[in-house]
Amino acid sequence: MTGDRERFRPADHPNDHFLLTTVVGSYPKPTWLNRARDLHDDSSAFDDEAWDEAVDDASRLITGEHERAGLDVVCDGEMRREEMVEFFARRIGGYEFNGPVKVWGHNYFDKPSVVSEVTYDEPWLREEYEFTADVAERPVKVPITGPYTLASWSFDEAYGSDETLAYELADLVNEEIAGLVAAGARYIQIDEPALATTPDDHAVVGECLERIVTGLPDGVRIGLHVCYGDYSRIYPELNDYPIDEFDVELANGDYDQLDVFTGDDFEPDLGLGVVDVHTTDVESVTEIEANIREGLRVVPPENLTVSPDCGVKLLPREVARSKIENMVRAARNVENDLDSGAIDAGGRTT
Amino acid sequence: MYMDRLATTVGLFPLPDGQRERLAELKGHQKSDLIDGNEARATRDAYAATRRHYIDRQREAGLDRLVEGQGRWDDLLAHPLCVHENVRTGGIVRYYDNNNFYREPIVTDELTPSGDVPSELSAAAERCDDLGAVLPGPYSLAGLARDEHYGSSAAFLDGVAEFLAGEVAAFPDAVETLTLLEPGFATEPPDAEASERIGDAIDTVAAATDADVLVHTYWGAPDDGLYRRLLDTDTDGLGYDLVTDPEAATTLAAEHGTPPRVLLGVVDGQNTRVESRQTINDRADRFAKCATTDVDAAYLTPNTGLFHLPVGKFEAKLDALAAATEGAR
Repeated sequence: MTGDRERFRPADHPNDHFLLTTVVGSYPKPTWLNRARDLHDDSSAFDDEAWDEAVDDASRLITGEHERAGLDVVCDGEMRREEMVEFFARRIGGYEFNGPVKVWGHNYFDKPSVVSEVTYDEPWLREEYEFTADVAERPVKVPITGPYTLASWSFDEAYGSDETLAYELADLVNEEIAGLVAAGARYIQIDEPALATTPDDHAVVGECLERIVTGLPDGVRIGLHVCYGDYSRIYPELNDYPIDEFDVELANGDYDQLDVFTGDDFEPDLGLGVVDVHTTDVESVTEIEANIREGLRVVPPENLTVSPDCGVKLLPREVARSKIENMVRAARNVENDLDSGAIDAGGRTT
Repeated sequence: MYMDRLATTVGLFPLPDGQRERLAELKGHQKSDLIDGNEARATRDAYAATRRHYIDRQREAGLDRLVEGQGRWDDLLAHPLCVHENVRTGGIVRYYDNNNFYREPIVTDELTPSGDVPSELSAAAERCDDLGAVLPGPYSLAGLARDEHYGSSAAFLDGVAEFLAGEVAAFPDAVETLTLLEPGFATEPPDAEASERIGDAIDTVAAATDADVLVHTYWGAPDDGLYRRLLDTDTDGLGYDLVTDPEAATTLAAEHGTPPRVLLGVVDGQNTRVESRQTINDRADRFAKCATTDVDAAYLTPNTGLFHLPVGKFEAKLDALAAATEGAR
């Protein structure tokens, strides 16, 4: 692992300061892709070959949409994935599906059941990464659902212990990441939203991360994304995690939990959520600049990554695009203010 | 030892397959699309159909006490406050330690009776004349909300209890039992001083109805002091989670006894593995054996609401509960 962020700075970056801008992962699918899926599901006339072509086109389109928004590190908006647990569970041996369950409101996911030993049968994300890296001009990040979340957000009918299941899955995630790194991936984000639900299990997640990074070569950036929880229950413990970056959702709560992180020395880089992904109101550039400056209260600019609170897939596409565009503009403005000395490294107006 | 066994649930059902898609289309997927108490006609109709389906499906399974099912409770146990006119809803927040979220209700003025839950139960009563009502208990409901009106946690608890009592007083006559769900007793245990006040708050709610009132703790068990206070309330029975921590629940029953009527969470509301008839009855038997007082009647239920499960498994759990109590009544 390495904390070297400079290799993600674009050659034509306009400012001396560099706030790395990226996304958490998911992005709204183009309407035509959802229609294509329906056709593919319902009709043999839209065959596998046509579906694969549609997904490739969507991946190319959204990767480009991220680049046109000005993001420094991009992904393809997870066009090949329907849901963050389901996608992986369909590729891991030992899982079965019984139907959707509610997350909130009318948002559901196909929560799978583990009915026998989990096994690594095929690469999970290799195709997604290789395609995206091939079409992207900018560096590509690979978000991957973490083992603790894969365990916690499944019904366990086989192991009788979420901890044991999480460790078994961590070994599979390690195998997958080794394959991704061999294919060229250098920026991996482990998504562990389940840690927010059961923060007392921070040590289990720590052990999972140790297993995940075992044997990885230097030069691979590992991020951890956690969202919608009480961060005081996992901090400062997370300072000991073998990660380069910790990415959190804080815009949704208007930074009411930021002080959790200001007390001790925050060890990893901070990935700060600066736009709310659960409201269709597009934050203004000025508003987002203020949010970014909140992050500077925790880490200096060279350790601050800027992203939306979470995946943006539930937003209308136009809203998601506008939020990301404004986010990038705001980051560039804050960099400019840092360069000019209008604000100091702590985000204070000078 | 003879213990009458009655199969029921503690509500919070998952939306049936057809209505789930229909309601998502009618309402949308954002915070602002959730229930506010003033639904459009098409949405009301979809919930009415859901309610009828729940009653019919419970009857088909053979449950002894049917519930309305609370398909409309977008905000889960926080629902009664989220639709109140003197409450605004804030950001979405995590629902206990689950991968579920609800809109945080922010109480800005007095919690007057709203009639929302009574109207749901009255609709259900058109199809079923002996209903089980399910509400959050005052402590857990207050714990899910933010107070900007009452000024202290004690005054807020009292205010929430008065509000619930007002709702309960307007329940239709068909309501035979009222189960107050208090997961907060386990997830955020109150201190000794609060325990006394909680007992009073529960009595406030219980005094508003002639129905049998049960107080069910899940995701653990109440501590000793609170349990003794609960035994001392005017309620008719207590509930025990025999899935999450059966040891803690049976220890309470062994050390302090139980009311003659209990609610036993013997089916896992959060796992797709469907319990056998024997597993269900073994769990109930072990509890009854440990209790130092006689248990006359036990409502056998899932330990939690069933919305955590896919619809097929939810229905399988209803069937399993009914099958387990068949011939035991």
